Amino acid sequence: MSHPNRLNINVENLAIGYKDRVICQNIDLKLASGELCAIVGVNGVGKSTLVRTLGNLQPKMNGEIQIAGENLGAFNMDQLAKILSVVLTEQPASKNLRVQELIALGRQPYTNWIGTLTQEDKRYIQTNLKAFLLEDLKQRKCHELSDGQLQRVLIARAAAQDTPVVLLDEPTTHLDLYHKVQILKMLQQLAHQSKKTIVFTTHEIDLAIQLCDKILILDGKTNPFGTPSDLIKQKHFEQLFPSDMVQFDSSSGSFKVKK
Amino acid sequence: MGSQRSYSFVFAIIVLALLLAFLLNVSSGSVNIPFTAVLSGMFGGHMEVESWNYILWNYRMPKAFSSILVGGGLSLSGLLMQTLFRNPLAGPFVLGISSGASLGAALLLMGTSMITGFTVMPFLNDVSLVIAASLGSFLVLLVVLLVANRIKDTMALLIIGLMFGSITSAIVSVLAYFTTAENLQRFVFWSFGSVGNLSSRQVALMGAIVGLGVLLSIVSIKRLNAFLLGENYAQSLGISLKRSRLTIIIATGILAGGVTAFAGPIAFVGLAVPHLTRQIFDTMEHRILIPAVFLYGAILMLLCDVIAQLPNSANILPINAITSLVGAPVVIWLLVRKRKMLF
Repeated sequence: MSHPNRLNINVENLAIGYKDRVICQNIDLKLASGELCAIVGVNGVGKSTLVRTLGNLQPKMNGEIQIAGENLGAFNMDQLAKILSVVLTEQPASKNLRVQELIALGRQPYTNWIGTLTQEDKRYIQTNLKAFLLEDLKQRKCHELSDGQLQRVLIARAAAQDTPVVLLDEPTTHLDLYHKVQILKMLQQLAHQSKKTIVFTTHEIDLAIQLCDKILILDGKTNPFGTPSDLIKQKHFEQLFPSDMVQFDSSSGSFKVKK
Repeated sequence: MGSQRSYSFVFAIIVLALLLAFLLNVSSGSVNIPFTAVLSGMFGGHMEVESWNYILWNYRMPKAFSSILVGGGLSLSGLLMQTLFRNPLAGPFVLGISSGASLGAALLLMGTSMITGFTVMPFLNDVSLVIAASLGSFLVLLVVLLVANRIKDTMALLIIGLMFGSITSAIVSVLAYFTTAENLQRFVFWSFGSVGNLSSRQVALMGAIVGLGVLLSIVSIKRLNAFLLGENYAQSLGISLKRSRLTIIIATGILAGGVTAFAGPIAFVGLAVPHLTRQIFDTMEHRILIPAVFLYGAILMLLCDVIAQLPNSANILPINAITSLVGAPVVIWLLVRKRKMLF
């Protein structure tokens, strides 16, 4: 499904919100295949809303969203399921699902009316079990997994859906530093090797600066977007938080507590 | 889904158990008919006593088949509800669906005569009772679903189900106060719950209704599996939420409403059987669970009916009492042993 260097996500002048309340506007985003992009910003600025809007789980308020060269609204649900996959903050409704069963659900857009897995489907499941280090856990049930393991399962499910675009909402919350880096490394690998466009929201700005190709800073005003180094040069991170508590150190690319 | 386990062996045993339960069911009852006579009678052979033949074909066989339909249908509706509401404690009785069916039946049996001033007995038949009970269960199901979308809290949902039960029983008491003794009696007998007393024609009609419910469930297998992830994930997999919810609700309403119309409100089968089934079939895949839950429910109902018949005695206990005596401890046991019921 993926084409190298094609513009997979093209967002122009987007406004997002609920019902008739706009919570963030002037969002622009251009991502080619193979690019990993983080969305950062303070709590409540609309990161999750943006992911849900891009994922067609809620309507946009204004502006343009093009996915894989077409307007988001032009796809029917079956087509969209083969173009866009999501990893949300909500836990799977049934914690009784086995790891393998859950990942297999990612193949639903491709299976027949009753959900029979073909050899190809099984190959995708196997590949992603391996890629996300889940082979030993495949018969485990979700309620037996740690937070980090469950997150890997959910990402493996999205990867098994084999879509050119993957959207993730806070994939690294509740994880320790090691597992945060592990998840982000896996996302980077998935983007670069499988030529997918991966967008995720996060609070780990310093990790995002080190690992991402592009970053979107949601500040509710100009919403700067670009490569981490450009954003650092243009001193955009300095304005992210009120300067009374934390300061951005551009030499190390991280935030320091103000003494 | 991707489970490599094969359940064909377990299915073979369950089908065998169903056959045994069926044989046990038809060979027990208030009149003692030897097992060999029952066997030969079932396969068209001659029976020594003419009345045995009559009892077997006009009473026991319809009763056994209706037990299968009632047990299977209610259990399947429980499974659908647990997946739809993402709630292990969902079931036709707990969520007030059976109360809704009771309300529909009560309004038909007692309400119409109150409003129009004369009894509707001439127009009253099985079909109208099925429609009334199904409409009642749909109504409650829709309201519960509406509430469930607003309130994600499991406990609140269950309490609302209980409240529906209270409201319907209140309306039923009001109706009972004003109705004729004859109509009241009809309703009270219906509300005891019974798998017997149905003619072959009625059993066939119930079979058609349950069959339709099963068919809709089978069509929904893929959506049901997607719902295990939650509604947002299901939508991202290309599932239309509105259409899927509607199909599953109609299937649930037809199964719970149709069965309740014929057999009266029967408690705990819909809630307990899906959990009991998951003790044997350790999977969430609906392709396996749907037939397994149906078979398990049928077996359980056949056995409960055997107990209700009190073999070799003329007394028949209300089937509702037996299913509660079997079902309630099962739910308690599951809660205590597993700490939390997962679905």
